Amino acid sequence: MKFTLDWLKEHLDTDADLRAVTDKLTAVGLELEEIEQSPLASFVVAKVISADQHPNADKLRVCKVDPGDGTIYNVVCGAPNARTGLVSVFAPVDTYIPGKDFTLELGSIRGERSEGMLCSEKELLISEDHDGIVELPDDAPIGMAYIDYRDINDPVIEINVTPNRADCLGVRGVARDLAAAKIGTLKANRPAFTGGRGASPVSVEIATANCPIFTYRIVRNVKNGESPDWLKRKLEAIGQKPISALVDITNWMTLDQNRPMHVFDADKIAGGKLTVRQAQDGESMMALNDKEYSFDPEMVVIADSDRVVSLGGIIGGTETGCSEETVNVLVEAALWNPSNIARTGRKLGVHTDARFRFERGTDSASAVEGLDIATQYILDFCGGEPGEIHVTGEEPSWQKAIEFDFGLIERRGGMAVDTATATTILTDLGFTVSGSTVQVPSWRPDIDGPADLVEEVLRIIGLDALPTTPFTRPDNMPAVALSAHQRAMGDLKRVLATRGMDEAVLWSFTSSEVARHFGWDAGSQADLLLANPISADLDVMRPSLLPNLIMAASRNNDRGYGDVALFEAGLRFLSTKPEGQLPTVGGVRMGAAQPRHWAGGTRAVDAFDAKSDALAALEAFGAPVDNLMTDTRDIPAWFHPGRSGTLGLGKNVLAVFGELHPKALRALGIKGRMVGFELFLDKVPPKKGKPGTAKPLLKPSPFQPVKRDFAFIVDEDVSAEKLVKAVRGADKVLISGVALFDVYVGENVPAGKKSLAVDVTLQPTERTLTDEDIDGVSEKIVALVAKNLGGELRG
Amino acid sequence: MMDLEALKSDLMARIDAAGDVAALEDIRVSALGKKGEITAQMKQLGGLDPEARKAAGQALNALKDEIAGALDAKKTGFADAELNARLVAEAIDVSQSPRPAKMGRLHPITQTVDEVIDIFGQMGFVWAEGPEIEDDWHNFTALNMPADHPARQMQDTFYMNGHSGDEGSLVLRTHTSPVQVRTMLSQKPPIRVIVPGRTFRSDSDATHTPMFHQVEGLVIDKTSNMAQLKGCLLEFCRTFFRAPNLTLQFRPSYFPFTEPSAEVDIRCDRSGGKLVIGEGEDWLEVLGSGMVNPRVLEACGLDPDEYQGFAFGLGLERLAMLKYGIPDLRTFFDGDVRWLQHYGFEPHLLPSLVRGR
Repeated sequence: MKFTLDWLKEHLDTDADLRAVTDKLTAVGLELEEIEQSPLASFVVAKVISADQHPNADKLRVCKVDPGDGTIYNVVCGAPNARTGLVSVFAPVDTYIPGKDFTLELGSIRGERSEGMLCSEKELLISEDHDGIVELPDDAPIGMAYIDYRDINDPVIEINVTPNRADCLGVRGVARDLAAAKIGTLKANRPAFTGGRGASPVSVEIATANCPIFTYRIVRNVKNGESPDWLKRKLEAIGQKPISALVDITNWMTLDQNRPMHVFDADKIAGGKLTVRQAQDGESMMALNDKEYSFDPEMVVIADSDRVVSLGGIIGGTETGCSEETVNVLVEAALWNPSNIARTGRKLGVHTDARFRFERGTDSASAVEGLDIATQYILDFCGGEPGEIHVTGEEPSWQKAIEFDFGLIERRGGMAVDTATATTILTDLGFTVSGSTVQVPSWRPDIDGPADLVEEVLRIIGLDALPTTPFTRPDNMPAVALSAHQRAMGDLKRVLATRGMDEAVLWSFTSSEVARHFGWDAGSQADLLLANPISADLDVMRPSLLPNLIMAASRNNDRGYGDVALFEAGLRFLSTKPEGQLPTVGGVRMGAAQPRHWAGGTRAVDAFDAKSDALAALEAFGAPVDNLMTDTRDIPAWFHPGRSGTLGLGKNVLAVFGELHPKALRALGIKGRMVGFELFLDKVPPKKGKPGTAKPLLKPSPFQPVKRDFAFIVDEDVSAEKLVKAVRGADKVLISGVALFDVYVGENVPAGKKSLAVDVTLQPTERTLTDEDIDGVSEKIVALVAKNLGGELRG
Repeated sequence: MMDLEALKSDLMARIDAAGDVAALEDIRVSALGKKGEITAQMKQLGGLDPEARKAAGQALNALKDEIAGALDAKKTGFADAELNARLVAEAIDVSQSPRPAKMGRLHPITQTVDEVIDIFGQMGFVWAEGPEIEDDWHNFTALNMPADHPARQMQDTFYMNGHSGDEGSLVLRTHTSPVQVRTMLSQKPPIRVIVPGRTFRSDSDATHTPMFHQVEGLVIDKTSNMAQLKGCLLEFCRTFFRAPNLTLQFRPSYFPFTEPSAEVDIRCDRSGGKLVIGEGEDWLEVLGSGMVNPRVLEACGLDPDEYQGFAFGLGLERLAMLKYGIPDLRTFFDGDVRWLQHYGFEPHLLPSLVRGR
């Protein structure tokens, strides 16, 4: 919302300066966005003392210019009207010339020094006139700033009007707020015509509920020329192009009074009748913005007997618009259903000042007054004979009385405001206060209840006037702010970072092309697509955290940083329901697990890095990692079928890890190997544990542990985890640890077999082990491995 | 009895001349062994009278100890020399780099969330969460933004497939406020929750990303008021920015879900081309806030005549950018390890007010 300071002062009687006004605007909730000062401040009225022919150029003159600052400037000028004695506009060096988009420099033109410039109106961007330099009357004061002389120094104020304050989309509403804030007093409104004679030759019928009232009047025998300068200047100041008096008046009414209206050329209306009705399918109209719109039955139009002539409350049609030939004008002011305007405007993508206001809710009682003010302007600018006013439909009921306990101001605001002060503020804003009943003015449909009245009072007093009261916690000591899940998630992240992984935060969406390779089903999960994605490669909610991580790792690799370890915590999306949006952690590694180093140890990442990450993260999260089983059935298709696995409790899969499938990587344009894991935190069972903080008692054994190595030959498809489990199961009391330390396939091992060697720790608790004890356990181990897995001790 | 002095000087000379541990052992055997010279002398003591025997015995014992001592000393010398030689041989260049061990970094968003929770936790807030795909009732309607409400157009909403803003539409939540609604529906006041989380708006340019993070606070009880909201936010900003003298400016504004509503600016200084928080002549907008609109309480089944409270929201990226001098919003979501290693946080740096971190 833009207006100039002088314009505001036509409604507000105030001595306040620009700064005081703009500070107050922000203080009452009409936030200042920008103050535009004229870019022409350096241009001054100057006299051409002499203008002589340029010695080296036929079309140039060398002028001596007096801008009243005590110095005479040498100016080379090409304008045909540059002549001795002319009073014109001078720009000194360093002035920005808006019409030429350059900043003036000290120069020399064909050997003659030029210390400034004499300007045309076009160069100042105040008109298209470029026939010569500006010609001012002889008595124009030399040395005066040109913008002061022309009275075009009015600063433009732009404010941000929040959607609830439709009433401040007109300058008068802004002035009313400022008056309530005691920065001035509200002046009487613009003069309004009353009376008129003779009925309109065009009648109006309302045939839709979306237009409660339609007021109009004929003004005959007008002369539609240019608007007066003051109006054109104000419109131009805020960036609007003056068109013709009749059109400018409607724009002015919108900006000044927040009263959008429309003027029809009455002679172009067919059939002598306008009907306000729902559109019919297929109807269309060429609008005043030179675009053609097609309507549907939800939209509201104004039609004559032949066609649609206006899209109600949004934009008029060209065919019945006013032009310089218009003689009889039908001027209308109506009200429209805000929701309907909003929907129509959105569907058609048409943005007009009228739509902007009507969809936010204009003053329900403004139609008649608006029509009368506009009529007066028409008479002032265009002459003519006004007809009587016609009102079709009824002003909608806007009256609202709120029972207001003035104590609510203190209860909600935390500061006592006496009733008299509050009453004055409300009254200045247009409310009517009688006792505890507050009547809401017609222009404030946003006022809904007592809380809104509290806001009105507080914002006018100023929120900075409220005290700042300490907000204390209810108990002496702070309570725990995190749930067990949140705490565990924090622990998990910090553990993964400790392991050398960087935490990324990546989009919750990904590309559907990519998602298809990571479990998203285009058919059954189409609801996870976005209706309006920001781009085609971010068009579906991610089914897994892996694809975005893989692509991020790959981008790092492309930048020359190929040893990457990234993880992310976030939601994966299986459905749009809350229970289909599941807490997940993903991680990827690529490149070297250990970079090249003089001590050796360099190796590429492998599936066991991912497994280790997964187990460490799950442990940090509180999952029972000792009970997890590695499985290789049901591996997701985006993992390497031979180099990946799941970690689960029975059928409950908590995690998947391993090398990523080359095909999945290729779908993302990635060559080379990458490993990763994904943790399904929703699948982690709640942590069991006794309440209390005590740890179970440590019972260190006084007896030495004993270690024994066993190597077994087993079938190649027997998993190491099964062997370790079998060994452990041989004596659950005595065996305290089993560690796989060698896996061997090759010479001395039959084809189809492998050798697995484990290091078994026996921890006695009652007495030192004898050779017989140890032999006994060994036999049990060998027997159990033979029985369960068909393995034999390697000879 | 032979001349013990001669024996001693002979033995000492031989010990002195011994070149290695084996030579020493030979000497020990020849002097102190079963057939050794000193042993032989001991054997002869029996033939002496008691007086002489005593004197000779003492002298022999002294000689024996002396020789044994000399042998040990020489042996220790050999061991030391051997060890020293080994140590010299084992020398390495300790200027070589140790085996690498990389420490990962936490994303600044994670750290900032932890800091925010740490501060609001002190004020009795607990961390609440909610889904990212929301329905329009939780995201808009219950927050006093019915269909066609112009405020809905203020937020460039992402709609899920098949939805476009009609009742029952599924959206990507445009703010964390739907978690307010879910909280009020699921628990009785008094309520103090703090809600960090991902939010989405269909906007992408130098200062907007289609996904970003908000953190939102909600207080519902019977007394909390606007003045306390000011106190709450002042404490937060001073603590978070470590600027004990920071001041705030509250400007009336509009959010459909609060009434009155205020935008909150923090004091800052931009002179000198560098942003300093907490002092100076400028203001920087960081927060939106207000008293919860009675319509929102009603929608959540709470009686607005009985309950009231306040809510506030702020952008987490913005907080992190201001506090840690991160220049560009768009870099937050790149997963660029150079950025993460630079702007991220070591995992042991868990924020804690009492630790001063």
